[in-house]
Amino acid sequence: MLKALHRNKKAQMILGLLIGIAFGFLLQKSGVTSYSVVIGQLLLSDFTVLKMMLSAVIVGTIGFHILKRMGLVQPHVVSGSIGSSLIGGLVFGLGFALLGYCPGTVAKAAGQGALDAIFGGFPGMLIGAGLYARIYPALNANILHKGEFPAQTLPQLLRVSEWLIILPLVVVSVLFFILLGYLGL
Amino acid sequence: MGEYILDLVTQVGWSPYVAGAGIGILVCCAFLLSDHPLGCSTGYVKISGLLERAVRPSMVEKNEYYRVILPALDWQFFIVPGIIIGAFVSAMLSGSFQFVWVPALWADTFGPGPALRIAVAVIGGILLETGARWAGGCTSGHGISGTLQLSCASIVAASCFFAGGIAMAVFLFRIMGQ
Repeated sequence: MLKALHRNKKAQMILGLLIGIAFGFLLQKSGVTSYSVVIGQLLLSDFTVLKMMLSAVIVGTIGFHILKRMGLVQPHVVSGSIGSSLIGGLVFGLGFALLGYCPGTVAKAAGQGALDAIFGGFPGMLIGAGLYARIYPALNANILHKGEFPAQTLPQLLRVSEWLIILPLVVVSVLFFILLGYLGL
Repeated sequence: MGEYILDLVTQVGWSPYVAGAGIGILVCCAFLLSDHPLGCSTGYVKISGLLERAVRPSMVEKNEYYRVILPALDWQFFIVPGIIIGAFVSAMLSGSFQFVWVPALWADTFGPGPALRIAVAVIGGILLETGARWAGGCTSGHGISGTLQLSCASIVAASCFFAGGIAMAVFLFRIMGQ
């Protein structure tokens, strides 16, 4: 039944819109759509972004791995490399601080009236997408596959059970949250 | 119960822990119902490809990248307008919708003029989307959907998002802004 739903293009367009709406709603409520919150996180004076992201990762990783064990979801991971994940990640980071929004939150900021997101962020991102499409052939031939990672996931890399990674991840995250509370951040 | 829900949706902000947990559940729903990791940056490639196709169809047809990411009105495309609607509804319900040219923090440091802010936002947007496609995902695709699958690429990319971001934010607000 799920496979038939995945193949139903019209249903997937509606689901994309509905999931986007729920995502936008939750992100607006979490406060991370605000410029000062993002910059505060990058200046390490406001930890709202990390609190939200780590909570999503903890809940999501437990849910995802249970669903995967039940055979209801398929993993979707991209192969990483120094040339792609590391360099691309750093380029993204520079843009993240200059714009003060990410590709998701720029749409959310636009939805709550931020004109720098509408007239600055959106055109910049569409130019960036077009630019990337043009440099992709050269990057793909020369840089993206440099230093490919030996495994796709941490459990594969360390050859341990998924839960041996998830459990410490949850414990460390909760300790980190407690520490943030203790420091008054 | 009805009043409680009304109160909840009209609140300006929720605890980031609660909103984050909700997003974790939402990502699981996206995997279950749509067989997709929840990510945003692919949607912009689709929008950009569709716009370019309207102007220069031959470029889009020949381009290698638009064959990897098809410019089409599909699941990933609809995430972006969905987010705009969701944030708009949330901001309207809580009364926090407001047209703002320059964020207060920017104005305090670099002055209230919109021209400089918009110029920097355009450059930021270009680097942001270029970097997202280069790394194969953004803060949602790698930072949340990929990291929760314990993907090596996503964990490295997400760490670099913050490393690059912290370096640039410190440069802007602690060095330039002084």
